[in-house]
Amino acid sequence: MPASPHGGTLVQVKQAPSDSGVFEGFSDACRLSIGQETQKIVWNLGNGVFSPLKGFMGEGDYANVIEQMRLENDVPWTLPILLFSERPKGVKAGDDVMLADGDRRPVAVISYEGNFDIDRKEYAKKVFGTEDSSHPGVSKVYTSPSSVISGKLKVIARPEYGGYADCTLTPKETRILFTEKGWKTVVAFQTRNAPHINHEYLQKSALGLVDGLFVNPVLGKKKSGDFRDEVIVASYRALINNYYPRDSVVMSVLHYEMQYAGPKEAITHAIMRKNFGCTHIIIGRDHAGVGDFYKPYAAQEIFGEFPDLGISPLFFREFYYCKKCAGIASERTCPHTEDDRLSFSGTKLRKMFSEGEVPPKEFMRPEVAQAIMKFKEPFVV
Amino acid sequence: MPSKYTTVSIPQPLHERIQKLIEKKPGFKSVSDYVTYVLREVIAMHETKEVPEPFTSVDVEEIKQRLKALGYL
Repeated sequence: MPASPHGGTLVQVKQAPSDSGVFEGFSDACRLSIGQETQKIVWNLGNGVFSPLKGFMGEGDYANVIEQMRLENDVPWTLPILLFSERPKGVKAGDDVMLADGDRRPVAVISYEGNFDIDRKEYAKKVFGTEDSSHPGVSKVYTSPSSVISGKLKVIARPEYGGYADCTLTPKETRILFTEKGWKTVVAFQTRNAPHINHEYLQKSALGLVDGLFVNPVLGKKKSGDFRDEVIVASYRALINNYYPRDSVVMSVLHYEMQYAGPKEAITHAIMRKNFGCTHIIIGRDHAGVGDFYKPYAAQEIFGEFPDLGISPLFFREFYYCKKCAGIASERTCPHTEDDRLSFSGTKLRKMFSEGEVPPKEFMRPEVAQAIMKFKEPFVV
Repeated sequence: MPSKYTTVSIPQPLHERIQKLIEKKPGFKSVSDYVTYVLREVIAMHETKEVPEPFTSVDVEEIKQRLKALGYL
């Protein structure tokens, strides 16, 4: 049986075709333009990835989340889910407001509850643990309005996942899929990268402990130098098709913008995967981190503060190929030095691919490397 | 508007046992902290057992068809 939805309810917001009458008749004042990343938040709220949230947070939940890492009702929650926007003119609490994309196509209708102001420096300090604007999450908050809208979703336009429709599953779908496969325990793997050998060992080590593995790459806005979305999907397909038992692995993508909030984001990653039905989640080194803003294993330590999370973390040290061991090892199993490890910086890897050079098979499976090399520009510029 | 708090009575000897325990065990700032942690752990176990799946048999059949069409089943 899949893990219970977070907070006890898998939220399912009513969906309608984008040309439905429910999206007609909104005045300009009641129509709000949102960006692609906010649209993904709407999808995730609508299909239950962010259960038990039913909409954009109000002031009470926001304050509780940044102070206590819990919603007002005591359910664990670590990252605010906010709709950054100035107060719409002439709109009062209880009015319906339509959210539309950049082409004025409907995304959702919310029941407007009100606006409140946030202190962006306080947000940065309490959520990201830093006020340094070189942190991508902090930078984004600093460039957002200080006013946010709260409101519950009433209806969403049926999501269109473009080229990823065939590999996007909702929590409802994965919960049924896991049940049909007879998986009682499922471990999630969160990733925003093409798979190296060390990722494969991490996943297979975890898979040895449970019935199934749910590989759930994050697609969405990323940093310059990260692998592009289509590259991540293609490379994982190559890995799974060649090196995984078919009945033990499911891959589906998650449309979500990374916040790089380190430990607090690790908890959110776990909550989202719990809603997909996973009972466990892999937490490795520097999970959801960026630069050196977080201690390498801070994301493992924070789980100790949540005895009621409802999904069990599986902690692993970093795996790597050790030249002296002549095999995959970790800090726990290998006595040799860092100089004996086969490793490539992101910069070096990008250079290798741009020059048509294949990384050694001890670092990356040849089929994975070939899948990456089919793309002219595999990295985000 | 951080969380509101209320008071719960526990036996004095239990309070003393917890106090001794947390003095040796880092991570808990107070007896209240410890009790909150333990209660959250216990209540979560009970709540988990009572949650029904949020879909009907019609949902299941429709979704199974889609999963088959996509190659997941």
